[in-house]
Amino acid sequence: MKKLVEIKNLSVGYDDEIVLKEVDLEIHENDFLGMIGPNGGGKTTLIKALLGLVKPYEGKIIFHIPAAKIGYLPQINQIDKRFPIRVLDVVRSGKADGQHFSLFKDKRAEIERAEALLQEMGVIHLRNKAIGELSGGQMQRVFLCRSLMNNPELLILDEPDSFVDNHFENELYGKLKELNKRMAIVLVSHDVGTITYYVKTIACVNTHLHYHPDNMISSEQLASYNCPLQIITHGDIPHTVLKLHDKEDQHGHVH
Amino acid sequence: MGTFINLFSYDFFLHAFWASLFSAISCGLIGTYIVSRRIVFISGGITHASFGGIGIGYFLGLNPLLGAAVFSVLSALGIQFFTQKGKLREDSSIAIWWSLGMAVGIIFIYLSPGYAPNLMSYLFGSILTVSTGEIWLMAALSMVLIVFFLIMYRTILYVAFNEEFAKATGLPVNRINYLLISLIAITIVLNIRVVGIILILSLLTVPQATANLFTNDFKRMMLLSVVFAFLGSFSGLLISFFADIPSGASIIFTLVILFGLMKWISIILIKRQKATIP
Repeated sequence: MKKLVEIKNLSVGYDDEIVLKEVDLEIHENDFLGMIGPNGGGKTTLIKALLGLVKPYEGKIIFHIPAAKIGYLPQINQIDKRFPIRVLDVVRSGKADGQHFSLFKDKRAEIERAEALLQEMGVIHLRNKAIGELSGGQMQRVFLCRSLMNNPELLILDEPDSFVDNHFENELYGKLKELNKRMAIVLVSHDVGTITYYVKTIACVNTHLHYHPDNMISSEQLASYNCPLQIITHGDIPHTVLKLHDKEDQHGHVH
Repeated sequence: MGTFINLFSYDFFLHAFWASLFSAISCGLIGTYIVSRRIVFISGGITHASFGGIGIGYFLGLNPLLGAAVFSVLSALGIQFFTQKGKLREDSSIAIWWSLGMAVGIIFIYLSPGYAPNLMSYLFGSILTVSTGEIWLMAALSMVLIVFFLIMYRTILYVAFNEEFAKATGLPVNRINYLLISLIAITIVLNIRVVGIILILSLLTVPQATANLFTNDFKRMMLLSVVFAFLGSFSGLLISFFADIPSGASIIFTLVILFGLMKWISIILIKRQKATIP
């Protein structure tokens, strides 16, 4: 199977604090990797390293695909919901073509692509709405469209299931399963119980990374990976409560 | 009406007219970026830091605006640099530049021999005394801004909306940030003579707030801001002329009244819209 990205002995830190240590990971085509771990364990930092947003302290990341072929859906709390921008422009902002002088761009193909994606996600009727007028689920759909603008070979999603209702969550995961036929997916989530339904493999990130080549994982295994999350097995319960999060509220997760 | 037309035969009034037009263009465009990006406080810091340059200008016998330009650009780059490196809390960094600039300004004005003429015009603005040279500078800045926003529109929009994502798509985020913060600094300095250091923030925020009542699109907000800024500053200028009150304050007052009026109109419009939808 074709390798897309190889992470080798990667350490990342801010100032003097080490956030990730000696991480090894390979991402292949058709992978569907669920990335779990406690808050502050380094999940988001690992994603930022994959996107080239933070510099490694040690080790390296080898890309076998161009940067433009990595789609990215950031955490929704990164977005200023009152920013004066329309849905269609948000989706178009996903286009990475190295052209910074927008006046001379070919706009038609880009707009058509954006509209086709909005159509596919069932939100084409929102194309001229301001981003702030959308519900959480609608917003995530729009950001998913944006991350697909370049026809990525690898799609990275940072907690797409926060601030959305259960109905949309199921729909989103169904959509991801479909997209997985065309691209590899890395999905970061708090919701361990639910994502194990959909992912093929699991990576536990808590400073170190432990790769688990299966989508079934037990609490004992998690504990042995130094990844203290509570698992509620595949069932009807929509949300898994993570031990470490009991005392925190929903807002301002910074990793 | 006769007196109104006659006003344009006076040089000082014609100057004031051009000054209000160019300040509306530059503040309308740059202010939309400032408001959308929520960097009003940074702009306040830059504005007040420029007072240090004015003081040094007086002390050295140079044009105070030149000193202000140097100070505001340096403080802008300084704030951006510290923010980007993240070693210092952003708001603390801004407050340091803000108060340091004011302190330096006061010290040098105190040390300058004699009385500082026009000091009040830098603090509170004096659109009726803007010189021809200053108007040409403001015109040039307006042109630069129009061209810049026209050709870089999408890059600016994307960086402003979601910096990290823009970085991931390969946009030159840092360069855009530094470029825009410099343009903010220059815009502030060249508009100091119109409304003054203390009042300039309103020219960068009130027309934008008014525009935001009617649109949620960055491009339209820029256009509408320019229109509202011009309406406010030109009618403010007229009011100041006929009522014989300071122009800077009169312009700000008019801008805020205009905002109130438009808010009222927008509420009526929304009610009507709701009424037509059964």
